[in-house]
Amino acid sequence: MIWQFDLLLLTFVVICAIAAITVKDLLSAAMIMGAYSFFMCLLWAEMGSVDVAFTEATVGAGVSTIFFVAAAYRTSRRSKD
Amino acid sequence: MEFIVAKYNYWIVIVLLMIGLYAMIAKNNLIKKLIGMCIFQTAVILFYVSTAAKSGGATIPIIEHGHGHEAAAHAAHEAAHHAAHAVHAIDYVNPLPHVLMLTAIVVAVSTTGVALALIMSIYKRYGTVEEDEILEQIK
Amino acid sequence: MKILGLLVAVLTGCMLLYCAGDFPDWADPNSPASLHVSPHYIEKTMEETAVPNMVTAVLADYRGFDTMFETGVIFTAGVTVIILLRRFRRKDEADVQGDSDSRKGPPDDIIIQTICRFMAPFMQLFALYVLCFGHHSPGGGFQGGVIFGASFILLGVAYDLKTILRRIGARVSALLANTGLLVYSGIGALCILLGANFLDYSILSLILPATGDIMARSHGILGVEIGVFLGVSASMISIYLDLSSHGQLDEGL
Repeated sequence: MIWQFDLLLLTFVVICAIAAITVKDLLSAAMIMGAYSFFMCLLWAEMGSVDVAFTEATVGAGVSTIFFVAAAYRTSRRSKD
Repeated sequence: MEFIVAKYNYWIVIVLLMIGLYAMIAKNNLIKKLIGMCIFQTAVILFYVSTAAKSGGATIPIIEHGHGHEAAAHAAHEAAHHAAHAVHAIDYVNPLPHVLMLTAIVVAVSTTGVALALIMSIYKRYGTVEEDEILEQIK
Repeated sequence: MKILGLLVAVLTGCMLLYCAGDFPDWADPNSPASLHVSPHYIEKTMEETAVPNMVTAVLADYRGFDTMFETGVIFTAGVTVIILLRRFRRKDEADVQGDSDSRKGPPDDIIIQTICRFMAPFMQLFALYVLCFGHHSPGGGFQGGVIFGASFILLGVAYDLKTILRRIGARVSALLANTGLLVYSGIGALCILLGANFLDYSILSLILPATGDIMARSHGILGVEIGVFLGVSASMISIYLDLSSHGQLDEGL
């Protein structure tokens, strides 16, 4: 519950979220979502919920990112907006 | 000022929720909408987990001195004899939102998997994942 | 459309910010979330179930119904992806497909393949460790199951999809997802057959040798975590198989 660390991580999370919906390359958006999941995992571990952080690290940053990469590979890679 | 400083986690959660909501409404690309939904879901989970935290030296929800086989048998004896090693609720963070959010994370990844399967089916049928082009083809 | 979306988001955000003034302060020990049933869980977990990790005890014992239906949700997601995407071809149809020929994968890289082949058994061992030590450290069935599934996905990404299909076929993974949910509800039904309520593990001390009521609950938690492990790992592999090959199961990423 160190508030400086919290504030820094929350700032990074907001930057990652805005970046993930702004980039035009869908593969990059999937990678930024992976980084967003890792920052969330760090936030939750710092708040004391180690089980939730462990689950998010495996599920969100591992499996969900690979699902997005698989879908971006099989559909078009570039988005128009 | 104290109003802003004491509750700053709620501000950031609301900012994230609105980023996710904006992405789901205003983006044309279906995969971007799905990314917005993912951001929304993790922001809600962040909100719940942040209500579980306790200040003042509370630690993670794993009971100390609880390891080892003899500790388990010791705890079974203590339950019968009401001995010491009492566990105080003030020392540990609240475990109940953690349990609910474990379920929420797994449901989030399931929803993402099914939504990606739907997007791939739409791409195979219409040849594009942009919403306005799909709407033109439907007309 | 974008201006309208931005306006809606800003308005909703302002309303939520106005309502957030009534919430309790962050990390307040006397907030209502920490006051009613949560102290009972914290204080009585060690006495009633002999499991030091409170989150695992609440997840699999006190709130076991939620976890059973959550395993059902992830199983349903795996089945739904199969229904949406899988193309069931008969074996006597010609295997020539137009678009799979035109998409050649990247050339095989021996460094990546060797490292992934080396890492996969350690990942699986770690997954089993996380499952079994869910009682004493962060972990449990979900995390272990996802790591186990991810080890197969890693092999599929480093090599090609046929590697996964040779080691654990599509039918076996669907069957294992079924078995996970069956193990979970089977333990609950076993508790009914022995005379207690559904998912009341303390009655299992009648059939497990030399355990009391409290240790029987601990073993019951381990049993349902094994069911969750099987269900989650098989569903992850099954969803990946369908998503990466568009249902045709011939080549992956």
